[in-house]
Amino acid sequence: MRPILECNRLTKKYGSFFALTELNLSLERGQIAGLLGPNGSGKTTLIKLLNGLLVPTDGHIMINGLAPGTATKKIVSYLPDCSYFSDHMKVKDIIAYYSDFYKNFSTERASKMLDTLEIDRNMRFSALSKGTKEKVQLVLVMSRDADLYILDEPIGGVDPAARDYILRTILANYNENATVLISTHLISDIENVLDRVIFLQNGRLALNETVDEIRTKYGKSVDALFREVFKC
Amino acid sequence: MPWNLDNDRPIYLQLMERIQHDIISGVYQPGDKLPSVRDLAVEAAVNPNTMQKALSELERCGLVYSQRTSGRFITDDTSLIAEMRNDLAQEHIRDFFRQMRKLGFSDEDTLEIIRDTIKKGGYNETDS
Repeated sequence: MRPILECNRLTKKYGSFFALTELNLSLERGQIAGLLGPNGSGKTTLIKLLNGLLVPTDGHIMINGLAPGTATKKIVSYLPDCSYFSDHMKVKDIIAYYSDFYKNFSTERASKMLDTLEIDRNMRFSALSKGTKEKVQLVLVMSRDADLYILDEPIGGVDPAARDYILRTILANYNENATVLISTHLISDIENVLDRVIFLQNGRLALNETVDEIRTKYGKSVDALFREVFKC
Repeated sequence: MPWNLDNDRPIYLQLMERIQHDIISGVYQPGDKLPSVRDLAVEAAVNPNTMQKALSELERCGLVYSQRTSGRFITDDTSLIAEMRNDLAQEHIRDFFRQMRKLGFSDEDTLEIIRDTIKKGGYNETDS
């Protein structure tokens, strides 16, 4: 089967600044990959390119063999790094909205997760705490039967207990042919759930290896390796 | 609760050790069916492919076996489990003697201390 995601010499320039430079990357199905790198290394640029929110300056992206567009949005479930819901909407309105919008959205799965997290469906989105907003958005994203989940900082704003729950939610809900790409700075929290890690540095690929390869080769955790490679 | 894992050793090795330990200590009985890979991965809070790898390795050692349609089971071979149990005990004992030698005790001294501790019943207090 062809990889779910292929980037070929992918380049993005903002003015004269290279945010991504000739990035070659391929992700197989059935993996959970961590997208790691210091601030400004190009993580969010890459994620926006994958979702068609930015257009490459040069190079190609293939998602399931297709360039990002309407067809790929059906199979990509994306959690952006900021919220895009109208503040007056209630949680139940957002659920209805998602269910209307995406054929592969499971209202039942979303309801189950909202119950576990004890989130009141009649609350307005604007009245939710920062962490609860993040939880609601992750519930929506993981309630879709997607081929590729792209999660931009899914656990940054939530407490450690909810973090554990969210990681379990990700583990329990992605199907075994789906791929999950998670960008985060909280490496030690998610290290155990990752197959592999992709390090970006100044818009280039610095490392692409499995977690256990890294531990065998360097005798240290991904978190410790990251701190060493990107020491300030 | 996620399983307690060290962060400097390969994860699949630690998962193997943990399951092996659960088999030896009787959490899983011979012939028991193991939970699915996904359920075990969620319980341990680890990647399902890593859990899969750990189970395949345990299969290679003969501690678990899989039946194509019905899942994975603990071996019925109680002598194999007993053997693993002895190996693990040996390992702990060797470790212990190594530590004691580092503290400057000869093996004879260490044995003496062990006898002493047993006599006083003191080993129960620290065993929590």
